[in-house]
Amino acid sequence: MTDAPQLVFGAHEWLELFLHYLSLSLLSLGGAISTAPDMHRFLVDKQHWLTDAQFNASIAIAQSAPGPNVLFIALLGWNVGMNAGGMLTGLLGVFLTMLGILIPSTTLTYTAAQWGHRNRELRAVRAFKQGMAPIVVALLIATGCILAGANGKAGNSFVQNWPVWLLTGTTALIVWRTRIHLLWLLAAGAALGWFGLI
Amino acid sequence: MRRVNDDNQAMSSLPAEVRPQPKSLSDLFISFTLLALQGFGGVLAVVQRDLVEKKRWMTREEFIEDWAVAQIMPGPNVVNLSLMVGGRYFGLKGAMVALAGMLTVPLVLVLMLAVLYAQFAAHPGVAGALRGMAAVAAGLIAATGMRLSGALAKNVLGLRLCAVFGVTTFAAIALLRWPLAYVLLGVGGVACVAAFYRLKP
Repeated sequence: MTDAPQLVFGAHEWLELFLHYLSLSLLSLGGAISTAPDMHRFLVDKQHWLTDAQFNASIAIAQSAPGPNVLFIALLGWNVGMNAGGMLTGLLGVFLTMLGILIPSTTLTYTAAQWGHRNRELRAVRAFKQGMAPIVVALLIATGCILAGANGKAGNSFVQNWPVWLLTGTTALIVWRTRIHLLWLLAAGAALGWFGLI
Repeated sequence: MRRVNDDNQAMSSLPAEVRPQPKSLSDLFISFTLLALQGFGGVLAVVQRDLVEKKRWMTREEFIEDWAVAQIMPGPNVVNLSLMVGGRYFGLKGAMVALAGMLTVPLVLVLMLAVLYAQFAAHPGVAGALRGMAAVAAGLIAATGMRLSGALAKNVLGLRLCAVFGVTTFAAIALLRWPLAYVLLGVGGVACVAAFYRLKP
């Protein structure tokens, strides 16, 4: 990342960064990752605050680290801040992006969830929960399949990516049917990948 | 680790009073931190295993219900879920503590990783290992759905309708790649209306 831009950030730019994430928060239906395309448009294409490489690395690192995937947003903020100075501005970037993406959605979710819990005997609330159950289950399985498809080597066809699908499918079966600790499976996946078998 | 055979029966028949729950705010914080740290490529699979099957703070049915709300609401799903679980036991304070537990330590770790990244990114083994872990993580998420599908047996819609809605959702998301919002509002809306009519007034 030698071509990282050198940015000069004033209060106005920081505010703009914060407000952009604030406005994205309520749009992040289906998880923060669903707003990634818009973040790319804003940070890379429009403002030129990040390079493409920095953007992609931020997502890849957050996916491979422990913790919620939403931390990719912290890394985007960190990299914007690093481009605008150093570690201190990096931390400021983390702080502003995370607060921006979290404040509106957590406020709304908390309020709605508390309301739903207080009114859990209402027919409409029960209907919502019962009706959504099969959709939730199917969504999880579908998400697993989409992520598995995204893991193949770039340019390979579905058939050429069979080792990835085999690994994902085997993992799903093992987790479904046994109680083996999940970290062993992740370690096995890492080892297979390290030796180039995946 | 608890045994498999007492799993399903015990969970559903346990009265609310004796159900295990977090002892204190620090228990909540530590529990969510440990959850987050086990979650490579997403925390959901670990949350379901830990909170439902090990700690039993919630039943499979409650987990599905909460996950539905967590998905519907804007914001990161596991963040929403931690807010809801924490809020259930300790109110707003609990919600904030669970959220902080989920994010604080992983945030520090991910920043350290970002600093280290440049030195190791070029190594082909590292790239391969990341790909292998991501493939396993995808399997973990799919397996979470499979494990939860057992809870549909008690659904008011009945197994057949559940299967219809489930297959439609899967096809729309995984095969047709429709936007999530359409599927939630469309298929989810129909399913909720069907459930509404099946529930006794």
